[in-house]
Amino acid sequence: MKRAPDFRLPSAPGKYLSLEELRGRPVILVFYPADWSPVCGDQLALYNEVLPEFEKYGAQLVGISVDGAWCHAAYADSRKLRFPLLADFEPKGAVARAYGVYDARGGTTERALFVLDGDGNIRWRYVSDPRVNPGADGILKALEELQSGGVHEPA
Amino acid sequence: MSRRDDRAQLTPPVGPHDHAAGPANAPLTLVEYGDYQCPHCGRAYPIVKEVQRTLGSQLRFVFRNFPLTRIHPEAEHAAEAAEAADAQGAFWPMHDRLFERQFALDDDHLVEYAAELGLDADRLRGELDAGTHAARVRDDFMSGVKSGVNGTPTFFINGVRYDGAWDRESLLEALQVHA
Repeated sequence: MKRAPDFRLPSAPGKYLSLEELRGRPVILVFYPADWSPVCGDQLALYNEVLPEFEKYGAQLVGISVDGAWCHAAYADSRKLRFPLLADFEPKGAVARAYGVYDARGGTTERALFVLDGDGNIRWRYVSDPRVNPGADGILKALEELQSGGVHEPA
Repeated sequence: MSRRDDRAQLTPPVGPHDHAAGPANAPLTLVEYGDYQCPHCGRAYPIVKEVQRTLGSQLRFVFRNFPLTRIHPEAEHAAEAAEAADAQGAFWPMHDRLFERQFALDDDHLVEYAAELGLDADRLRGELDAGTHAARVRDDFMSGVKSGVNGTPTFFINGVRYDGAWDRESLLEALQVHA
């Protein structure tokens, strides 16, 4: 099992979120190319809607792109997103590079999904065609497998 | 670790529970996951109608609910109103009315549409208030999520997600491949 590279990124102007803070529960990392682009809009809107299903597995979802914290704040507000968007902004795309999903030609992250277990191991990854919204079914299947694969939380 | 089906499959397949227009033994089944408040679905509505007219008894069209309620606050009740109309035997008339009046989907209008269609409007309002059909709408939504729906509208042709363009010509062409 591959260890998920740690990170600490702005989650709002002046606020930070590190991967370490999310230990103990599954984490869904959603790398997407850009705020405001129509396909991403659909993708994040879909995850926003499916959030209660992810939460049944105790999972936390975070979005990551190279947009800055103020851009994320405006975008999250306009789309009423109920999960954090992290700004992989400075140095640009460093976290995406660490995960192997930086598109240097376009200067954005690729459209990629990662499901991590509560110990910070990568249990599933999927890199989508950047033009195609990958949906939520793959994430749900990965969470199901994670749960049935004997990852038991202490009672 | 990263395996995924190449093409998302409709789960569960079309069954007696579904809203279907057209013969059950039609060689072609087009399923739409849609949201009555979604402008793209609004654009798809007359296109699907044309495709239905063109293909006639060759085609069975099925509509499943996929309301994106966070961005479309009236989509949930609109979906429930169509289900409530179904309980009175009028799913398709309400479905059509909702897309034709997509600009006015608040509860008062939903009830008005029921009255215009000759339905028991008080019953429909009561069912909206009680959330009688919320579970059905949620079931449709979750079937969509599990089937790989990735936005609205999402179409499935004979059980396989169709990712292509859905203007009239493209949709007809994609369907006729299976005919």
